[in-house]
Amino acid sequence: MTPRDYLLLMAAMGAATYLPRMIPLLLLSRRRLPAWFAEWLELVPPAILGALIAPTLFAREMPRTLTMGKAELVAAIPTLLFALKYRSLAGTVIVGMLVYWGVTSLK
Amino acid sequence: MADAAVERETGSTMAGLRAAWPICLGYFPIGLSLGVLAQKSGLAPWQVAAMSLIVFAGGSQFIAVAMLQTKASPPAIVATTFMVNLRHLLMSSSLSLHLGGAGRRFLALFAYGVTDESFAVNIARFGSGNWSRRSALVLNQAANATWFVSTVTGSFCGQFIPAGSFGIDYALTAMFICLLTFQLKNRLFVATALTSATLSVLLYLALPGNAYIIAASCLAATAGFVIKRRLAARGKP
Repeated sequence: MTPRDYLLLMAAMGAATYLPRMIPLLLLSRRRLPAWFAEWLELVPPAILGALIAPTLFAREMPRTLTMGKAELVAAIPTLLFALKYRSLAGTVIVGMLVYWGVTSLK
Repeated sequence: MADAAVERETGSTMAGLRAAWPICLGYFPIGLSLGVLAQKSGLAPWQVAAMSLIVFAGGSQFIAVAMLQTKASPPAIVATTFMVNLRHLLMSSSLSLHLGGAGRRFLALFAYGVTDESFAVNIARFGSGNWSRRSALVLNQAANATWFVSTVTGSFCGQFIPAGSFGIDYALTAMFICLLTFQLKNRLFVATALTSATLSVLLYLALPGNAYIIAASCLAATAGFVIKRRLAARGKP
């Protein structure tokens, strides 16, 4: 692949990642949304976070299988309890890392 | 007057940088490993730099490096990139609730930095009320910069750096777990998150790629919305 072809590919990939990020911001930020749509959007953040985390904890990749035995899941329990009790992002990240480090070194 | 304005700007810049550190910590090992992979598959450091700067999407970049190595066609690479990042459509829609009245230039610049991680932190901070647009933009840029530096560093000398210690590979997962707890404002939000978590695992097992994120999120938010409307119709809060 020539440098020119590579840069053209990057430009196309860039458009493919940038447009889904930009279009909703430009279309939705500048107008009043219908009440039902705003209510629906309010529920999107907890839904996205649930969907981002769960497969990391409960599934293996290649091949994708369900599991209850991942170090990620074991470490998630104290991490979750710490987050609920102290509501500190910095503290949770550090506790999570240390517990995960401990769990993976034991294995 | 002017001094107070400058002070406020500095304050929100610092707030953005302070909030960005868990993301930066999490990006570093991932960026390094992407750089190493890219270098091993024959990409030059300038090519890694161009990709991180122009594309800026972790998951897609890993996939693109693998596809380039197997000589996949450019249209296939672009189409895959598009599918992998379509979930940001949902995140930007959700962020737009907090960016009412922002200028076009701000939105165009802000959009560049919308990722799973910056979305999760920004939406939590906007929700708490004490968060300026400037802080949100600074957070995005700090995460971008870390990603750029770590991927390029990886392509130069990643193979000399020992694989993740101190549990650093868990930084982003721990961050997401904490940000999820911030979202659990009432039973409806808990139910929505649990529904989405269950659906995402099922869809992750059933579907290839990462359509599971957008599919599970849309279904769970809709389920939560329907429950909310039903309860409201019955006159319960």
